[in-house]
Amino acid sequence: MAKKSLCAWQDLALGAAILAPGSAAKLKTGDWRTLIPRLDEDKCIKCGMCELYCPEFCISEGKDGFFRPNFAYCKGCGICANECPKQAIAMVMEEK
Amino acid sequence: MLKKRVGIEVSLAVAEAVKQARAQVISAYPITPQTHIVEELSTYVANGELDAEFIPVESEHSAMSAAVGAAAAGARVYTATSSQGLALMHEILFIASAQRLPIVMTVANRSLSGPISIWNDHSDIMAERDIGWVQLFVEDGQEATELTIAAFKIAEDHRVLLPVAVNMDGFILTHMIEPVIFPAQATVDKFLPPYKPALKLDPAKPVTMGPVGVPEVYLEAKKQCEQALLDSKAVVAEVLAEAGKTFERKYNLIETNGKKKAKTLFVTMGSLGESVWSAVEGLNEDGEDVGQVRIRLWRPFPVQEFKKACKGAKRLIVIDRAMSPGSVCGPVAQELKTIFYKDKDAPEIVNVIAGLGGRDVPVADFKEMYRLAKKGKLAKTYTLWGVDSNA
Repeated sequence: MAKKSLCAWQDLALGAAILAPGSAAKLKTGDWRTLIPRLDEDKCIKCGMCELYCPEFCISEGKDGFFRPNFAYCKGCGICANECPKQAIAMVMEEK
Repeated sequence: MLKKRVGIEVSLAVAEAVKQARAQVISAYPITPQTHIVEELSTYVANGELDAEFIPVESEHSAMSAAVGAAAAGARVYTATSSQGLALMHEILFIASAQRLPIVMTVANRSLSGPISIWNDHSDIMAERDIGWVQLFVEDGQEATELTIAAFKIAEDHRVLLPVAVNMDGFILTHMIEPVIFPAQATVDKFLPPYKPALKLDPAKPVTMGPVGVPEVYLEAKKQCEQALLDSKAVVAEVLAEAGKTFERKYNLIETNGKKKAKTLFVTMGSLGESVWSAVEGLNEDGEDVGQVRIRLWRPFPVQEFKKACKGAKRLIVIDRAMSPGSVCGPVAQELKTIFYKDKDAPEIVNVIAGLGGRDVPVADFKEMYRLAKKGKLAKTYTLWGVDSNA
């Protein structure tokens, strides 16, 4: 039988609790994505609304002042595109 | 020392027991026939007689949710409910056991609607058989008082860490005025020391309780809880024995009454057991070969102890207090048919579903059941007692 469990049941913490904080960072949600946000730098006013609304907190400001997602975590949910006041973000099918 | 017996409504005796157990958080929503318990507890808290947080929530779903949160924070938590209230708690009941939270809850057993009924049977808890809680059934006021205290000790034992439901029949037990002997506070404190959580929500040492169980871990999480429930049997037996010693009573997982090694045994759970006891005594006086087995621990089901109590019996008359529509018989009889399956000396199991929705089942009726069973005149599937036409 193929081994499909993370660990033996005896090794789980009480009630399957997670004892170390910050473990969500280990879950790379980027591979959930089908649509990918594409930024039009001509339209972008660098307001940072996308960063505020991102439910994954994966958008941050770069040295050039543009806000870009960390694609290891971006699920492609499209909230940034929806909230952008300048329609500078388009959700496009990602080629994998 | 002469123990003082107090005439008291059993609901109020349970409230007193919770006070003696020094519960720290009580979250509850009133529902007949449980209301008197939490109403009395709210008075204790308001009067400063009990140092606890009383959370008057807006529903039973919230009552159990608040209990989960408080227990996760490391408090000794109590709640009580009944019938529709228990049904409304349904989803959170599984979460309490899955997170291994030692909540104690009294279930004042009452029938489920519809039709609307406030009266007693076991249909509420039987719909919650598989919640993964330790489930006890008490028969009288003294037992309700002492096992409420014992329930905290069972739940909080680090070998268990599971919620415990103490089932007591609505009205026919909750609203009875019975003589109850209360233990001294010092006795209770010695029996039940303060709760020491194995894991709790603590900003200084953050943990995540109740995370997503991805397919690679869900099964292991379920197995952990099931194993804890199975292993709790030994702890329940140990705590009941200690409770018996402390409170000068005798508590086993399974109790027997009447003639030893009787050929026919009544099987009961809860307060109807007392009426059956009277019927069995009468039948024994008439020379009938009959006894009684009472189930005190329903989950985890004490298979070996039950079989030992039935050794030599040829027939079990199983009294169920709930229906299992579309199945072959009532839930208790289903359990027993399963545990005896393929046993060489398995007794015949006849099932009587009786007293639903508060229908009275007097002592004479149990004698009649015995006579019918002896003549082989009870249905092979089950008899819905008191309903004229069993098709």
